[in-house]
Amino acid sequence: MIELTDVHKAFGPKKVLQGVNLTIPKGTSMVIIGGSGTGKSVLLKSVLGLVTPDSGSITLDGQDVGTGDRDAFLARFGMLFQGGALFDSLPVWQNVAFRLMRGALKRPKAEARDIAIEKLRRVGLTPDVADLFPSELSGGMQKRVGLARAIAAEPEIIFFDEPTTGLDPIMSGVINDLIREIVVEMGATAMTITHDMTSVRAIADNVAMLHDGVIQWTGPVAQMDASGDPYLDQFIHGRADGPIEAVR
Amino acid sequence: MSVVRVIGGLGAQVLAMLAMVGRLTLFAAETISHLLRPPFYTREFLTALVQIGWLSLPVVGMTTLFTGGALALQIYAGGARFSAEAVVPSIVAIGMVRELGPVLGGLMVAARVASSIAAEIATMKVTEQIDALVTLSTNPMKYLTLPRVLAATLAVPCLVAVGDVIGIMGGYLVGVSRLDFNAAAYLKNTVDFLEVFDVTSGLIKGAVFGFIVATVGCFYGMNSGRGAQGVGAATKSAVVAASVLIFAANYILTELFFSA
Repeated sequence: MIELTDVHKAFGPKKVLQGVNLTIPKGTSMVIIGGSGTGKSVLLKSVLGLVTPDSGSITLDGQDVGTGDRDAFLARFGMLFQGGALFDSLPVWQNVAFRLMRGALKRPKAEARDIAIEKLRRVGLTPDVADLFPSELSGGMQKRVGLARAIAAEPEIIFFDEPTTGLDPIMSGVINDLIREIVVEMGATAMTITHDMTSVRAIADNVAMLHDGVIQWTGPVAQMDASGDPYLDQFIHGRADGPIEAVR
Repeated sequence: MSVVRVIGGLGAQVLAMLAMVGRLTLFAAETISHLLRPPFYTREFLTALVQIGWLSLPVVGMTTLFTGGALALQIYAGGARFSAEAVVPSIVAIGMVRELGPVLGGLMVAARVASSIAAEIATMKVTEQIDALVTLSTNPMKYLTLPRVLAATLAVPCLVAVGDVIGIMGGYLVGVSRLDFNAAAYLKNTVDFLEVFDVTSGLIKGAVFGFIVATVGCFYGMNSGRGAQGVGAATKSAVVAASVLIFAANYILTELFFSA
């Protein structure tokens, strides 16, 4: 279980997180929604330790994420970045097998390649993609490779940062389905941030809306449409009028 | 009022520069500390060695070849004023191995390598590849910085050594073909007046310059701003800072090695 308690983070005078409280039960899929620049990525990166909160606590299974063996902690996570964040200098299979070629999870090269190809297949890519470089792939293929890399070491927890941004609706649907299938199949805990309401309905067990640095609303995805929260209603229906200012 | 504002602005600039020097020093110290702590990424080190050393060879060779030739012409013309044309071989050799080989080699590597390291790492930062490394349990200082710094520290002295030989050869070619020196006498004068410390001091300078170039490139890459403008600014700052630091380090090392 991931638990955030009263998490604050500011960048200079800009207060991004102003007391976030959120619980993500083990084996569930939490989707965090909110406008651009509301701190969704900062929240996700705070859990991973890529951003250090100014105050508050973040625990994973009761243990503070800032303490203990960092490598062992990170080995429990997989992450799909917004732009894929594939390493340009490495071929696709080495990107996917990156974690399996070094450190505690190191495997023989041939085995790492086989696992990479299997994971590529799992996300719908053929083995001939394995030896290409990321720059030779389309945006959708890069997202799939990023997804294959995120699941390569079969992590307990997977984070997805804007998984469908920049993709056409069909490719978005493919990625959403893949994410849902993989999370269910692996029994992983998932945390996704997105603006895409189609993704929310396809991926989420629970939804949390981040607004003005706090969790404005959280609950099961099935209750989202009948929440009665004016902020959430405005956001999910994409209305310009409402309590959320259109110009931020 | 305007004088106070100018002085205030100047002070702010100086403080910002001192803060940058402090951060760079801490960054260099952290890089060195990773030398003693595994894991080590041999493949990344060897790739950096080829990129920094082998692929810089043509530009360093061309630079020192022409500089050696020009140096021979200048020394001959200057020496002729007091009938000392015969010193051309020894002064070319000493000038190349003590000063021009390491400084020109360092500057060419700064132009070629500091810029590419800064641009590459800054782009990796902008595209979240550095964050991705961290989530994949890989320390970016170990994976990106240490291999490049180590490779540059070892490669630049080798480039300097090769540059020294090519520069002396440039002087020799001009001396023999244009200034009517006897080929055997030119080579004998070159070797006779050159001391071992002349060469080793230049190689030590090369190692220091290599360390500076790669550390500065990595530092500005890791600390770049966002977007294309951030990458451009990091690249420009890396080349400028590396070049200035090479000149400063050259003066300090020359004082250490050769002051009376």
